[in-house]
Amino acid sequence: MAESDQVILTMTGISRAFPGVQALQDVDFNLRRGEIHALMGENGAGKSTLIKVLTGVEAPDTGVINLDGKEVQVKSPQHAQDLGISTVYQEINLCPNLTVAENILIGREPRRAGRIDWKRMNAEAREILLRLDVDIDVTRTLGSYSVAIQQMAAIARALEIASAKILILDEPTSSLDAYETSQLFGVMRKLKSQGTAVIFITHFIDQVYEIADRITVLRNGKLVGVYDTAALTHLELISNMLGRNLVELENVSKSRTRRAQSFSSEPLMQARELGSTGAIEPFDLDLYAGEVVGLAGLLGSGRTEIASLLFGIDKPDHGTLTYDGAVVRKYSPLASIARGVALSPEDRKAAGIVEDLSVRENIVLAMQASRGWFRFLSSAKQTEIADKYIKLLNIVTPSPEQPVKNLSGGNQQKVILARWLATNPQLLILDEPTRGIDVGAKAEIQKLVVALAEEGKACIFISSELDEVLRCSDRVVVLRDQEKITELAGDEMNETLIMQTIAGS
Amino acid sequence: MAQSNSLWRRFTTSQVFWPLVALGLIMLFNAFFTPNFFKLEIKDGHLFGSLIDIINRGAPLMVLAIGMTMVIATAGVDLSVGAVVAISAAVATVLINPALGNTLIASDKLVENVTATPLPVVILAALVAAALCGLWNGMLVSRGRIEPMVATLVLMVAGRGIAQLITGGQIITVYYTPYFFVGNGYLAGVPFTLFIVAAVGLFAWLLTRKTAIGMFVESIGINVKSSFYSGIDEKNIKLLVYTFSGICAGIAGLIVSSNIKSADANNAGLGFELDAILAVVIGGTLMTGGRFSLLASIIGALVIQSMTTTMYAIGVPAMAAQAVKAVVVMVVILLYSEQFRTVINRLFARKEVQS
Amino acid sequence: MNRSFKIDRKFVPLLATVGLFTIGYILGAIKYPGMARPQTFFNLFIDNAFLLIAATGLTLVIISGGIDLSVGAVIALTSVVAADLMENVGLSSLVVMPLMLLMGAAFGALMGGIIHYFKVQPFIVTLAGMFFARGMAFFVSLDAITITDPIYRSLSLARIHLIGKAFVSVHVIVAFVVLAVFMYLAHLTRFGRTVYAMGGNEQSARLMGLNVGRTKVMVYTLGGFCSALAGLVFSNNLLSGHGLYANGLEMEAIAAVIIGGTLLTGGVGYVFGTMFGVLVNGLIQVLIIFNGELSSWWTRIVIGLLTLVFILVQSTFTSWQRRQAGIRPTRKRSDAVATTSDGAVVPDTPTS
Repeated sequence: MAESDQVILTMTGISRAFPGVQALQDVDFNLRRGEIHALMGENGAGKSTLIKVLTGVEAPDTGVINLDGKEVQVKSPQHAQDLGISTVYQEINLCPNLTVAENILIGREPRRAGRIDWKRMNAEAREILLRLDVDIDVTRTLGSYSVAIQQMAAIARALEIASAKILILDEPTSSLDAYETSQLFGVMRKLKSQGTAVIFITHFIDQVYEIADRITVLRNGKLVGVYDTAALTHLELISNMLGRNLVELENVSKSRTRRAQSFSSEPLMQARELGSTGAIEPFDLDLYAGEVVGLAGLLGSGRTEIASLLFGIDKPDHGTLTYDGAVVRKYSPLASIARGVALSPEDRKAAGIVEDLSVRENIVLAMQASRGWFRFLSSAKQTEIADKYIKLLNIVTPSPEQPVKNLSGGNQQKVILARWLATNPQLLILDEPTRGIDVGAKAEIQKLVVALAEEGKACIFISSELDEVLRCSDRVVVLRDQEKITELAGDEMNETLIMQTIAGS
Repeated sequence: MAQSNSLWRRFTTSQVFWPLVALGLIMLFNAFFTPNFFKLEIKDGHLFGSLIDIINRGAPLMVLAIGMTMVIATAGVDLSVGAVVAISAAVATVLINPALGNTLIASDKLVENVTATPLPVVILAALVAAALCGLWNGMLVSRGRIEPMVATLVLMVAGRGIAQLITGGQIITVYYTPYFFVGNGYLAGVPFTLFIVAAVGLFAWLLTRKTAIGMFVESIGINVKSSFYSGIDEKNIKLLVYTFSGICAGIAGLIVSSNIKSADANNAGLGFELDAILAVVIGGTLMTGGRFSLLASIIGALVIQSMTTTMYAIGVPAMAAQAVKAVVVMVVILLYSEQFRTVINRLFARKEVQS
Repeated sequence: MNRSFKIDRKFVPLLATVGLFTIGYILGAIKYPGMARPQTFFNLFIDNAFLLIAATGLTLVIISGGIDLSVGAVIALTSVVAADLMENVGLSSLVVMPLMLLMGAAFGALMGGIIHYFKVQPFIVTLAGMFFARGMAFFVSLDAITITDPIYRSLSLARIHLIGKAFVSVHVIVAFVVLAVFMYLAHLTRFGRTVYAMGGNEQSARLMGLNVGRTKVMVYTLGGFCSALAGLVFSNNLLSGHGLYANGLEMEAIAAVIIGGTLLTGGVGYVFGTMFGVLVNGLIQVLIIFNGELSSWWTRIVIGLLTLVFILVQSTFTSWQRRQAGIRPTRKRSDAVATTSDGAVVPDTPTS
């Protein structure tokens, strides 16, 4: 069989720009029948935009999609389904209150004399699931099953209702444990043997090697390459994903070694066997005033989970945390702020900015929260603080009274940093502070982090961009699969070693 | 010149602008169709007239709207205010009633101008009862994590029963004249209720704008997760706004029972929760929470009350007036709805293309 | 497997209500022999037939994730307009009754349309609908109108004997027909399942290709229809119409639906359960009457508390079920498709 016979989908020269961002730039992608094809890249690489183009959520600016040899224009998600392209998301788009059988068959339920034939529906649903080697009671509600089973029901629906030829699994394993993952892989292998083409999006390197035939890597909206899994080492894959940032980021202080000597002897914060089941395995961590500790690892490796524990968003179910010599008992953002800890969260939109409030209010929010209800900052004082940080961080806004939602991503990020700097923290946890912002703002934030450490503050710096972590940090903690693997400092701090550690080789 | 321009701009983009326009339109309507609407008379040193009437009758609603605004700004709602009005009215009148704690009493004693409890205690007790109701709602919402609409529904259903329990199922009439002053008195020629509204409004304004509470309320209403990450004490803010709403309902209950000189557990404050919500919505505070303006809500309450009064004036029966009110309110809400604007814009765009 | 011994967990709230009613009635019958008479039992249905009809329509609305506050007002409006058309216009009740049902359905459809097409919260729209309907009732007549139509009168007085002398009214038969039709609709038609799907997750229901818009308008149309029918039964019972009738009835109906095991947030519930919600409501009144010492306001307090208990039971039950399934909270990914509060899909602006 010629190779072209096997190809079911080709996407050629796909580009898509959003205001201020080139999300996809001339990307090619092809998919064969009966293959599991991993789509990989860090945040902002363009994976989700590529999938949105394929499923008709976004129209490409340029580029051609060929399905089964015919050129198609995917107009809407519904149209994509009609064409046989179905997506199963991590947050499953089914109804948890209906039975499994209904979720699989609603819209095409078997009927007798105009009414739903429940008996036949249950039998059919059971049979469909059995074909995927899933044997469960289909009359129970979907919500009473684990996420893995729910995902399988979603897959069954995609195959049955949409008669999917192409199945997109968007981070299906993020909330599954090892056993559930193996269950899902079983289903995926079954689909593969039946000729379905599967696009598998994930952050878990090991899983890609376990199941994928080929890998397409994207970075910064561009195609890095398409590889046979067998011919690509872990290390090569990771270096392809993380890449070397070719953009010139200027003048970040390189005086790490000097700073390294000026650490105080007592750690500011000390975690011992700190952990939370299902989020992060128990880990030890010491943080000293005046240093920047980088957390390196892929998305989902436990970086954000460590930040959540240290800031009191989540409570640990294991180990102890000491701050300034005292054991931490109260886990809440408010208590953390009182201790002098600050967190700039990963998800700027959902957990960072308060959209409709002004820049001024966003900046003073945390400071005011720590002062309580009645020690109110007068509006003159608020404006003074806002003006100070707008100037200090070079925030571009027409006025402090502008709603923060009208600002660009980089400036929103700076507003959040200003919010925390205003609380005068001793420990700053920055989770992806440079994601989705332009190069200039990136460099400014990196410089700021280093400057803060030199002032004697402790910083935790989390980023998907390795060179950035290396440039800013004095030490790097490497994480893999929700576990702290090692800590690197001094000469060990180089990209190769970090990537080897992440790759687990 | 530039100065006045920007002032005008600030006015037109502020939250009070559209409610004021609505109020203005109603006044304009009255100028043409209602004789003597704007006439103010002085009788016995007191101001009389339709405008004074609107303020006096609208007072309970304005007070309720102030409390409701803060609740809605946190993306909540308080359905129980009508029932709390009844409870507060019941507590106050029962405490005044000379029959208190003494069922065998001569009927001429009942109609005497006396109170069984000192007036300050009466007022305090009614407000404490209302505050407890609010606290209960706040606990269910903030600690029980029950949806506001569901949580306050409980008291809405049970509240009138509690009020009846307090009054023993009777309509209690008050004959103690000092109490009448709350809802019917005049101070410096204007109704005393105006002073109550002003005091509650001023207190609420100080509470929200001269402390951090207003900012926290808006922040929670816009993005509760970001607020939590910023260290805002979301639970206690919610507890506070529901309690405050309860107290406002308590004050409204005092005004209502004093005004009609009796408490009827079944009918006191009936439908008030809906009027209060509508006042807030007309005032431009979104049901989804966020930015709020106490003044705009007060104007919203005035819009509703003046609409009612206008309709009485042109001869629409009191009960029938609510149909017109409903239509007006629906139009206002649709004008705030983005989808409605889109549909209208599309209609006009199509017409232009055709012509 | 011991499946046959296991009661499906989703029936627990419903069974609780059924059990509550049964035990309550039996205990009442032991204490007050009058309650053991068949007619007392049937009176429960006779007195609450209109509430049962209204609550049945409301059940579907609530399961779909909405709410209808106009129930009581539409009952009043129907009673007045029907009385006016029969007494003052002189139409036969045979013409008036279908006309009223049409009016109720059209009113519901209008509210459903505004809710769906303009994305205004059901709470607000039906609230305005409630004001409107009640106001219109007073536009038609300020005073109560007595109905003298002979057919209407004979319908009102008709008795259907079941056991010996014990009887039910025509209203009860109507209520049971409505109940049966709605049970059929809810459990055996795609329309009904779409209603459940919407209540569970409207966004998902749309993505599953279900016709959410049409279903939503339909649900409110049926709700309006049921309210109008309840209004006819109500006015037939009293043989008059007045704008003050059924004041606050929407709250009683909502309480009955919740006590009947339906989740106020939508997606879960049974039409059949609503019947027991209505019966519990009626039982409390009966017990209070037979007791003779307790006052009638205890009904409201007990109903309010029962509502709270059921809300609490349901919320702990839901979280317990989630824990059983071992569902961990999943971290929201920033590049996922975001859902706004009104359920519209808004693709996030991608960052890169």
